Amino acid sequence: MRTLKFLLQKELLQIVRDPSILKILFIMPMIQLLIMPLAADYEIKNINLGVVDQDHTQYSQKLVNKIISSGYFKLKDYSPTFHAGMHAIESDKTDLILEIPPHFERDLIQENKAPLLVSVDAINGVKAGLGGAYIQGIIQEYNQDIRDQWLQNPRFNEQPAIEVTFSNWYNPNMNYRVFMVPGILVMLLTIIGSSFAANNIVREKEMGTIEQINVSPIKKWQFILGKLIPFWILAFGVLTFGLIIARVVYGIVPVGHYLTIYVFASFYLLAILGFGLLLSTFAQTQQQSMLVSFFVTMIFNLLSGLFTPIESMPHWAQILTRFNPIAYFIEVMRMVMLKGSGLADIKTQILALLGFAVFFNGWAILNYSKRSG
Amino acid sequence: MANEKVITANELTKKFGDFIAVDKITFDVEKGEIFGFLGANGAGKTTAMRMLCGLSLPSAGQATVAGFDVYKENEKIKKNIGYMSQKFSLYEDLSISENIRFYAGIYGLTDDRIKEKTSQLVKQLSMEGSEKALVRSLPLGWKQKLAFSIAIVHDPAIVFLDEPTGGVDPITRREFWGLIYEASARGITIFVTTHYMDEAEYCNRVTVMVDGRIDALDSPANLMKQYDSKSMDGVFLQLARKAVRKGD
Repeated sequence: MRTLKFLLQKELLQIVRDPSILKILFIMPMIQLLIMPLAADYEIKNINLGVVDQDHTQYSQKLVNKIISSGYFKLKDYSPTFHAGMHAIESDKTDLILEIPPHFERDLIQENKAPLLVSVDAINGVKAGLGGAYIQGIIQEYNQDIRDQWLQNPRFNEQPAIEVTFSNWYNPNMNYRVFMVPGILVMLLTIIGSSFAANNIVREKEMGTIEQINVSPIKKWQFILGKLIPFWILAFGVLTFGLIIARVVYGIVPVGHYLTIYVFASFYLLAILGFGLLLSTFAQTQQQSMLVSFFVTMIFNLLSGLFTPIESMPHWAQILTRFNPIAYFIEVMRMVMLKGSGLADIKTQILALLGFAVFFNGWAILNYSKRSG
Repeated sequence: MANEKVITANELTKKFGDFIAVDKITFDVEKGEIFGFLGANGAGKTTAMRMLCGLSLPSAGQATVAGFDVYKENEKIKKNIGYMSQKFSLYEDLSISENIRFYAGIYGLTDDRIKEKTSQLVKQLSMEGSEKALVRSLPLGWKQKLAFSIAIVHDPAIVFLDEPTGGVDPITRREFWGLIYEASARGITIFVTTHYMDEAEYCNRVTVMVDGRIDALDSPANLMKQYDSKSMDGVFLQLARKAVRKGD
């Protein structure tokens, strides 16, 4: 235990002496948390609309106005023929064409129905899907408007009477940031934790000081713990800092307890720091350890459910996410922040993380050899 | 016991694949001795030393250090030895006194003893007033003397020095050997590799390694007589010329 005290003292002194560590630890999360949630937004606005109006009537004009005033679309092109409209899509001027055929108004009034054509540039799948859905919604609403106008106070409405109302639980305003900020905080903690831990032992290898440690009676677990604990403490600092930003800048206050987040984070950090330390027992240079930790955390992040829902991943990818500590933490963060889940609700996740922590740290201790073969 | 053996090596061998870095070396080191390990670059000195320190697993042969077996009791050996590697290995971003405190601490010295050792060491090295200076800022000669003093801060039975005076000016080298003699007088056995032949003459006994083998082992005076040379330089050149292996 006394040995550990001296190891910790030395590590903390080295961290405090290195001005870049503290700067990276606090400035990087701040910038990311201020920029990322604003940029990583799934709501699509400013879809460029091209209109091919071959009807030129009051009705067609009304439809176009309604679409534009929704705020999602910008009228970028107004072509006389579909062919010219396609040209605008090909030259990337517009994302979507609405074609209003001739006699739209006449057919609508006389025959009670009229066709419309919506063509979408589907290169960006998300944009195409959402753009198509938005415009369909608006057209339907338009349709409803006209019928309401025609059937002045009908006694028996011949329109279907089923109306669906949505009630959005846990995030009533569908605020995208409430959903993203906790996730981004997890990602940050992961990148910082794993890369700092990964670099640390490797730096001792590069400096040659590891020889002096290896020739001393220090036990392997003491050495690994001596590396783990200081970064564990620092990461809590980053987490606190991030939670403060979430509260002050985005007004995100967890529905659950902060304590639940910290308890879970303590297990999570053990796992992710263990992963970093494991890398550093393999790597010989800081470049190697940086590249590998960058590569792995990127995959972990993409498979974590931060950007895309895990439920929509292919089956094999869903299985992979069960071996991804980040996925658990993001899930828990969202549960605690938005739903107010308590420790009892996240038992499974805590056990899983405990498993990761034992696995990574155990392997790191086994793989760290004081004697070469 | 004047003839107590603190290091014994019997046909100790280290292979890296097909390459035999150390080839069946056999020797003993007595307690309190200053034992020199000479050889050209790449002769196998460092590898031999790393095996004895428990940093590298031997491929064959037997060896004991401070009475412990290098295969099974390497962690016990580590409690009884000090080691100063060829590559400078104090923490550059810690101060003189912090380095002393750390290394003394991990060898289990008490706080009082650490304090006592620190002031004694700083005085001995005439570094009073610089205790708080970061090691990074010290001249090389100071660093080497400090590294040696820290290697023996826990009063080990044996200290292994791997080319401790490489790149150091002649005056500092002299001072360094002053420190070695002092440690030796305190009963610490010194095991030192070098390729400075004048330093070889400071040793009680020396071995000359050529191509991983020990080609000569005796006191410097006897070796000079045997090889009919006026200096260790002459002895070394006669032996080293036989080398087939290229230095690194």
